[in-house]
Amino acid sequence: MLLDVFSIVAIVAGAFFYLAGTVGLLRFPDAYTRLHALTKADNLGLVLVVIGLLPQVDGVLTALKLVLVWLLVLLSSAAVSQLIARSARRRETRP
Amino acid sequence: MMTTIASAAVVLLLLWLALWTVVARDAFLAVAGFVVYGLLLSLVWVRLAGIDVALTEAAIGGGLTGALLLGAVGRLRGTENEVAAEAAGAGTRALAALLAVGVTAALVLGVLMLPEPVPTLAPLVVPNLPATGVANPITGVLLAFRALDTLLEAIVLVIALIGVWSFAPDRAWGGRPGPRYQADPDGILAYLARVLPPLGIVIGIYLFWAGADHPGGKFQSATILAAMWMLVQMAGLSDAPRTDHRGLRAGVVIGPLAFIAVGVLGLWTAGAFLGYPDGWAKPLILVIEIALLPALVLVLALLMNGPPSRVGAAR
Repeated sequence: MLLDVFSIVAIVAGAFFYLAGTVGLLRFPDAYTRLHALTKADNLGLVLVVIGLLPQVDGVLTALKLVLVWLLVLLSSAAVSQLIARSARRRETRP
Repeated sequence: MMTTIASAAVVLLLLWLALWTVVARDAFLAVAGFVVYGLLLSLVWVRLAGIDVALTEAAIGGGLTGALLLGAVGRLRGTENEVAAEAAGAGTRALAALLAVGVTAALVLGVLMLPEPVPTLAPLVVPNLPATGVANPITGVLLAFRALDTLLEAIVLVIALIGVWSFAPDRAWGGRPGPRYQADPDGILAYLARVLPPLGIVIGIYLFWAGADHPGGKFQSATILAAMWMLVQMAGLSDAPRTDHRGLRAGVVIGPLAFIAVGVLGLWTAGAFLGYPDGWAKPLILVIEIALLPALVLVLALLMNGPPSRVGAAR
């Protein structure tokens, strides 16, 4: 019961950060600020969703897989946002 | 109730994305829409409990096809403005609209006219599945009951690769495909290409191995492995392979050949092409899968690489 409440709170908080990230993506003026909003808010949103799901899974292995998914998304979104920012910067300096 | 609303929202989003992909003026935006469409479609498959299909859709439909289309967009960029400037005549537009509406109407009619209950062979598959030794019904169907389809799929991929290669100019035949990627050796891409492949290879082989009993299989696995290889190439850590390399070409054909060999073996041992003798189904399926995996990885990565474009061996 207590764990269910914990899951609901964590996942709703995660969904809120996703929403905030998406609002930022739509509202911010240029590529860098949009990336900033998207990667930061979405990573926080994902970690909250994963933490919320952890008490619901059966078995340590499944829990570890969830954590692995989070780490992989963290790695790829960090790397990809760097690449997008670099390509945006290059386009700026070479019109 | 809540799930119905969520499903309806996803369906509406899918339809909107499909429309957006078709009407987008910019090819890059259309491809971006297509990739999101593929990912969303895989969510729909998860909802329909078709995890195997969802994995394939995400890996091949969204991922690999999206990457291939992005490559095509890059090649077409020089001519895109000219093409966009050409407006089709009213007659062509009307014909295209008529054709599109006709196909849609035929599909809708076909779905509406499906008999109730929908004809299915699933009740026949379930009691016979233990004979194949695999617990995942999708793998069982693909490699035992409908093995011929899978064999032809594997062969079609090889033919597709030959088709792509035949676009090579004569002087580049047998040479390396695509550009030699240059990236900052200390940059984030090179970092990713060093950190991710070990993990990706483990995950790819896990998906392959899990495919016998759980959702997964060689196609999803091969896509991940091919993606890891492409990542290493794009980061400039290794070059694309020479397309006249004997081992490479042998790797491409060995999978379908092993499949055909097992099939012909079935003529003697089980009395039918692609038949498996009693008790031998699981080991033979494993032989086919293990032979097909490297072939699929090579074919998918080489399709991504495109036709040979750099001057080949002096001869």
